[in-house]
Amino acid sequence: MIRLLKVKEKQREVAQANGGSSHVKKQTAGELRLHKDISELNLPKPCSIFFPNGKDDLVNFEVSIKPDEGYYRGGKFVFSFQVSTIYPHEAPKVKCKTKVYHPNIDLEGNVCLNILREDWKPVLNINTIVYGLCHLFTEPNYEDPLNHDAAQVLRDNLEQFEINVRRAISGGYVGQTYFSRNQSCN
Amino acid sequence: MVESTVQESRSRDLDKLLLRPGNLVGSNFEPGPGLREDLKEYVRVLVVGAGGLGCELLKDLALSGFRELEVIDMDRIEVTNLNRQFLFRLDDVGKPKAEVAAKRVMQRVSGVNIVPHFCRIEDKELEFYSNFSIIALGLDSIEARSYINSVACSFLEYDADDNPQEETVKPMVDGGTEGFQGHARVIMPGLTPCFECTIWLFPPQVKFPLCTLAETPRTAAHCIEYAHLIKWDEVHSGKAFDPDDPEHMKWVYVEASKRAEFFGIPGVTISLTQGVVKNIIPAIASTNAIISAACALETLKIASGCSKTLSNYLTYNGAEGLHTKVTEFVREKDCLVCGPGVLIELETSVTLQKFIDLLEEHPKLLLSKASIAHRGKNLYMQAPPVLEEMTRSNLSKTLYELMGKIPKDVVHATGTTKKNDKKTSCLRKLRVIFKGVDGITDMETAAGGA
Ligand SMILES: [Zn+2]
Repeated sequence: MIRLLKVKEKQREVAQANGGSSHVKKQTAGELRLHKDISELNLPKPCSIFFPNGKDDLVNFEVSIKPDEGYYRGGKFVFSFQVSTIYPHEAPKVKCKTKVYHPNIDLEGNVCLNILREDWKPVLNINTIVYGLCHLFTEPNYEDPLNHDAAQVLRDNLEQFEINVRRAISGGYVGQTYFSRNQSCN
Repeated sequence: MVESTVQESRSRDLDKLLLRPGNLVGSNFEPGPGLREDLKEYVRVLVVGAGGLGCELLKDLALSGFRELEVIDMDRIEVTNLNRQFLFRLDDVGKPKAEVAAKRVMQRVSGVNIVPHFCRIEDKELEFYSNFSIIALGLDSIEARSYINSVACSFLEYDADDNPQEETVKPMVDGGTEGFQGHARVIMPGLTPCFECTIWLFPPQVKFPLCTLAETPRTAAHCIEYAHLIKWDEVHSGKAFDPDDPEHMKWVYVEASKRAEFFGIPGVTISLTQGVVKNIIPAIASTNAIISAACALETLKIASGCSKTLSNYLTYNGAEGLHTKVTEFVREKDCLVCGPGVLIELETSVTLQKFIDLLEEHPKLLLSKASIAHRGKNLYMQAPPVLEEMTRSNLSKTLYELMGKIPKDVVHATGTTKKNDKKTSCLRKLRVIFKGVDGITDMETAAGGA
């Protein structure tokens, strides 16, 4: 290698000539894979996606879900996505930005969805996650509770659960917790 | 003349490698005293990380005859580092690792010059990295490895026949340890697999289901993650958890202990809390020493040619007896990071729309409905509609202009291709070269325009 390094002075000159390129952003394999995922997105109907930092920042985005059936119809629920540079080696970080009365989403926005944590695999993609989130609204389940109270009501009293969800969406107290009126009901 | 005698005896062992010819040497090995001097004068090694592996690496490289070293690390010294990061003393706690490590090795090994960089690896320009002959990695994170790998591979250029150009190959030597196990590998971008070619070697991190943490904790780690991921947000609304703030860590420890007591789970300690929250893997000084020694030797072999290099991945396991093995992994032919990509020559007048059409006809690609990205900028996105709309106006612009009027560069394209009559989606690397563009002068215009 020494022989090569001796001509390195020349290499340095080349590097300086290419100086313009040293100021540009470096794209990691993870960002490329994300670019692929995003450009192939095929979102289910009640969903839309939003890029708060413009078209060149794909690692931070928001997905809003407006369920058109089930307990949560008429509501609008916004999720923030944060994708790591080693995606898809690691699942994106997803939080629910809308306060929601839901057995699998706590009041801080943590979401219990298996593919976001223990069952994440690099073959999964952003589309799969969005479908998974939509599924939480059509099929909330009391077996993976993050909101303990909501899970209990869902298990023991479906009618009461439906009343609670409607109340939370249209704004009001469910137990001790206040939910402000969901935007999409206006 | 004391000085020269000292110098002579200092390099005596190294001389046995560098001054004599041999049968197992690398190609282009030219033994002789000149080689020893050239190592000092021409070889600049960057050590990434000044932790357990980094301290060892700096010491080993300095004692192996390298004289121009630099080290980069963003961390400050903590008390818990002192058992294995042997360059640091109790008085150093709180100081930047890179600075103290550089100072200590320079004090101990006369003649060596070590420049410390106390910053994030992302803070440095590509040019900084291009100045080194070899990059030695002593890291514990996949993110950082992936980043340095993409930087080193970005210098790689291929000729018209898709052969890597020797002078653009930036060798990396990578070490890693976890308890009694470790690996050392040599990455010659374009010649041996890069980090992304073999990313599957790193198993995905285990993450506990949130509902288990919230409802049915069974282990001490569950209690710690509950305090860290769920309880913290509940109590400190809006305030981000900072793993480097001792007060934050103590809060998590206290909360985790309460929860563990409630569920009758033993084993929550402050060090386990740190381990779980910061995902710290147990480090053993001797494993670090063994792996670093292997890395330092490979660095010496690459630089001098005094021996063939490791080909290309060594694993070491000292847990039950001792087992060590070298595996020759192969490159991923279409690796997006180190692969050659598909060479495409274009007129500067070609619009983005025309370029996308060309990809569909290109015999090596047959890529339809392509979305195009260049260095982190999305030139055109087929979906989702919101991005399609934002990038649509680029279609009528020339690719040359959109790429900043540089004579050649890499772009990435995502689209669908037909394979055995089945549509599959794929992501391809493309090497675009513009015809009739004189590199240097146009670089100046590009810089002026930017
Ligand atoms: Zn590769």
